[in-house]
Amino acid sequence: MFYGSGVLRGMLVTLKHFVTSYFIRRSPETMRSGALVTLQYPEERLKEKERYRNFPFLIYDKTPDNLRCVACDICAKECPPKCIYIVREFDKDGKPLKRPAVFDIDFTVCMNCGICEEACPFDAIFMDHEFEIAGGNRQEKLLFHKDDLLKPNEHFHKIRPTDAETIDKRLREADEKKKAAEAAAKAKAAAAQQSSQTAAQPPKTA
Amino acid sequence: MDQIFVTIKQTIMNLAAPILPDWMEPLLSIKISIVAIAILGPVTMMYLTLLERKVVGRMQNRIGPNRVGKWGLLQPLADGIKMLTKEDIVPTNADPVVHFLAPVLIVMPALLVFAVIPFGRNMTAVDLSVGLLFFIAVSSTTTIAIFMASWGSRNKFSLLGGMRSVAQMVSYEVPMVLSVVPVILIAGSLSTNAIVEAQGGWNGFKWFVFTPWGFFAFLIFFLCGVAECNRSPFDLPEAESEIVAGFHTEYSGMKFALFYMAEFMNSFTISGLCATLFLGGWQGPVLPSWLWFFLKTYALIFVMIWFRGTLPRFRVDQLMALAWRFLLPFTLVNILVAGYWYFARGPVKVAVATGILFFTFWALSKLNKVLVPEKRIYRFAE
Repeated sequence: MFYGSGVLRGMLVTLKHFVTSYFIRRSPETMRSGALVTLQYPEERLKEKERYRNFPFLIYDKTPDNLRCVACDICAKECPPKCIYIVREFDKDGKPLKRPAVFDIDFTVCMNCGICEEACPFDAIFMDHEFEIAGGNRQEKLLFHKDDLLKPNEHFHKIRPTDAETIDKRLREADEKKKAAEAAAKAKAAAAQQSSQTAAQPPKTA
Repeated sequence: MDQIFVTIKQTIMNLAAPILPDWMEPLLSIKISIVAIAILGPVTMMYLTLLERKVVGRMQNRIGPNRVGKWGLLQPLADGIKMLTKEDIVPTNADPVVHFLAPVLIVMPALLVFAVIPFGRNMTAVDLSVGLLFFIAVSSTTTIAIFMASWGSRNKFSLLGGMRSVAQMVSYEVPMVLSVVPVILIAGSLSTNAIVEAQGGWNGFKWFVFTPWGFFAFLIFFLCGVAECNRSPFDLPEAESEIVAGFHTEYSGMKFALFYMAEFMNSFTISGLCATLFLGGWQGPVLPSWLWFFLKTYALIFVMIWFRGTLPRFRVDQLMALAWRFLLPFTLVNILVAGYWYFARGPVKVAVATGILFFTFWALSKLNKVLVPEKRIYRFAE
């Protein structure tokens, strides 16, 4: 090749990009060099990825007062920047209830690590897909209270269907097992009662 | 259509003739030309910035500015407003007079050279008999303004940029002027108008670029022109990765914008002159002459932007080597070939001239080959 031919080859590459970027938009089908990559953000958006995670929310089943959180404080203890603040709810007699009275997450402190979700043994807190939470000034709402964090199970199904499905299945199985165990215990108790009444007959197996 | 601008000027002159005294008429004629150029220059510059950003963006698979107005067409205005409202900072240790004068002076040669550019048939503002010489002489004074800026800023990066600029200008001025000599030789005149008229035959397609010497002279002139207006890949004086922003490191606001204005107007005039000398200027069939001129000029500007989108910056030694070891000997051979072309007749001269030039090209590229040893020799690291 001649002197300067490398320059010409390079210029052909850029010319190709110049022309093709007017005709091809980059999408999963057209993943090729020379396609226009820019996405005009506020008007156009990328499709949300299921495994994307940002800022936690509290999950509830059916009604907002039926939340899964039992105020065990594990997430608050695990939280590396200590942005979760939980106060347990008590009834009139001072007996602790299995739900939080206060559940605050400080957005300015939260680093979106997802450790609360990993640590929660009750599948009560999950990472959300919300990312447009930046504030224009310091006075804007950056401390999220319980009511702001609550979101229904349907929302979870919408943003992360695979995870929601497995967790629901697990919860259902646990529920059934619990019910079955209760039924078994009941049956056993009944049988024991029966056997005590009629000692001669052998007890039926449950 | 061809003479629309000339007719407009004539109409204004005719309207003003009854009112004005006799001695004012030539002044008015000059005034109209000056106003036209003073509008054309900055407007061209503004939209060249947009064009450059758009084209380079597309080459990098981006869209480029598109928020201000349709297709970003108002972006230059927004930039202008931003530049005007910015704070004007003068360093404490800078020489205030020189620092202030440099951006003013740098625009002057850039505007002055518009005077001899033939924008179309009968559309040269001043048809100097030494137009080409005027262009080269005036455009090279840009160096002084650049060096004033770099010296007046009292900043080591500025000074480095200025020194690089001077070295580059001195090196590239030589092959640039020498590559123009064949054109003057064949056209027999230094006037830009006469040069364009000399390329008139063949239905407006007898451009000098279609001759062997013209082709190589065109390439050399264009490369040197790119180097003259400090554009990539010859943008060493303002190499942002090495010396911040070179000579305009210490400038902000409108003074900074003036440097940019000068740079873009220079690239416009260099492209315009290149089109005039080698691509037949306003010569061409069907379309009006001024449209031909602008088409050719913008094609060359596109190539400049294309260079910027493609090529990495030269190293200083590579820059010097290209000018002194390749372009300079080539232009000297080219002048000899043009002399031969002037006196020879028939198709033989085409073959001989092409042969000589391609042989020179081959020989010079062989001579310029950088010796790379098979095995790297470490002299100091044993």
